[in-house]
Amino acid sequence: MKEMMIILFSAILVDNFVLSKFLGICSFLGVSKNLKTAMGMSGAVILVMVASSALTWPIQTFLLVPLHLAYLQTLVFILVIAALVQMIEMVMKKAMPPLYNALGIFLPLITTNCAVLGVAILNITKSYTFTDSLINALGGGLGYTLSLFLFSGVRSKVDKANVPEMLKGLPITLIAASLVAVSFFGFKGLVENLFS
Amino acid sequence: MKENVTDQTYKNPKERLDEQKKKDSPMQILLDGVLFQNPVFRLVLGTCPLLAITTSAKNAVSMGLAVIFVQMGSEVIISMLRKVIPDKVRIPAFITIIAGFVTIVQLLVSAYLPALNDSLGIYIPLIVVNCIVLARAEAFASKKSVLSSLVDGFGMGVGFMVALFFMGTVREILGNGTFFGIPLPFYGASFKPMMFFILPPGGFFVFGICICFSQIFVKWMDKKRGKPLSLPPEAGHCEACGTCTACSGSEGTKV
Repeated sequence: MKEMMIILFSAILVDNFVLSKFLGICSFLGVSKNLKTAMGMSGAVILVMVASSALTWPIQTFLLVPLHLAYLQTLVFILVIAALVQMIEMVMKKAMPPLYNALGIFLPLITTNCAVLGVAILNITKSYTFTDSLINALGGGLGYTLSLFLFSGVRSKVDKANVPEMLKGLPITLIAASLVAVSFFGFKGLVENLFS
Repeated sequence: MKENVTDQTYKNPKERLDEQKKKDSPMQILLDGVLFQNPVFRLVLGTCPLLAITTSAKNAVSMGLAVIFVQMGSEVIISMLRKVIPDKVRIPAFITIIAGFVTIVQLLVSAYLPALNDSLGIYIPLIVVNCIVLARAEAFASKKSVLSSLVDGFGMGVGFMVALFFMGTVREILGNGTFFGIPLPFYGASFKPMMFFILPPGGFFVFGICICFSQIFVKWMDKKRGKPLSLPPEAGHCEACGTCTACSGSEGTKV
């Protein structure tokens, strides 16, 4: 139990996927412009991350390793994620139209989100168990959500501020992201002490 | 005045043809990739590996070489198969081809350079989802000839490596006080390197400043040439990032 909590909270706060591992930067910069799209994207990311971890871990453990095909990991994982996303989209469209309206447009974008493939590969390289993998994926998704929400708040202020002409647009956004990332350094060392 | 000039060039069909030819010449494609359409500083693609592994110049160059290989290989194969792959399944097909090349790199690196494999970690398999590779496959290789695609792959790859090397050098010198692992003489007990720059926030910061300088460069080029150094719509700077529907165009990532 204690280990699970440590995995969960370090994925959310200490090893934040966006601000310290740099996974999913493209969507982070693109979607953080307003809170509503940020919400939709985060929901879709959490869903796909957990679902893809639940699928890729058994594939790696029960299929690729026994057949000595572990070198095909990258190829298999990306195809599985692409197929999974497509399937979630179809099922959601049919079964849960309101949820589809909220998350639908974000789903196709997620296939090429590095955070999803990243979490699948990290689960294997860190040799997590199945439950650990799911918790890591959930923590990763929640961490993505947290940083996205905090950053979209910062960004709405930055967009209104009067910045020098040359820094307008992307440069000032990145510098603001840098400052948000600094604030996450406050969590370093927190997790080990909290549960020990 | 400016508008008149562009009008005239487009009124004359021969000149327009010449301009088109110039655009498609290997030299121009190469120069576009490295400088005018630099994938990182102009198109803002591939930011994830850029920020993550530019903590040292050595890592940056190794990652750059890996991306050059994947980019050239996949663009050539995709360009060869561009008439065979059905339009509807082209993206999964492209991803499969790219993943194949990434697996080759992964196996080579883990066999011959295990130390590098440890320092680059998961960012080698993540080349699969690097937007540059997929973007150029979609925007360039699926439409142009094999030779042009080869040149474009090389140009874009080198452009990415140059950007990585630049950021890696700046961050390593400022943050670690070394260059390719060699300690620099002007750092000492009284003047310590700033840790900030090799930590994740430093990556965002240096990248922001780099984009700022790239904007200044573009403005300066505009003034010199008298016409804007615009990105052609087929450069793939938008559809590639995949967040189009959510970000509604160029606003946020506009350079």
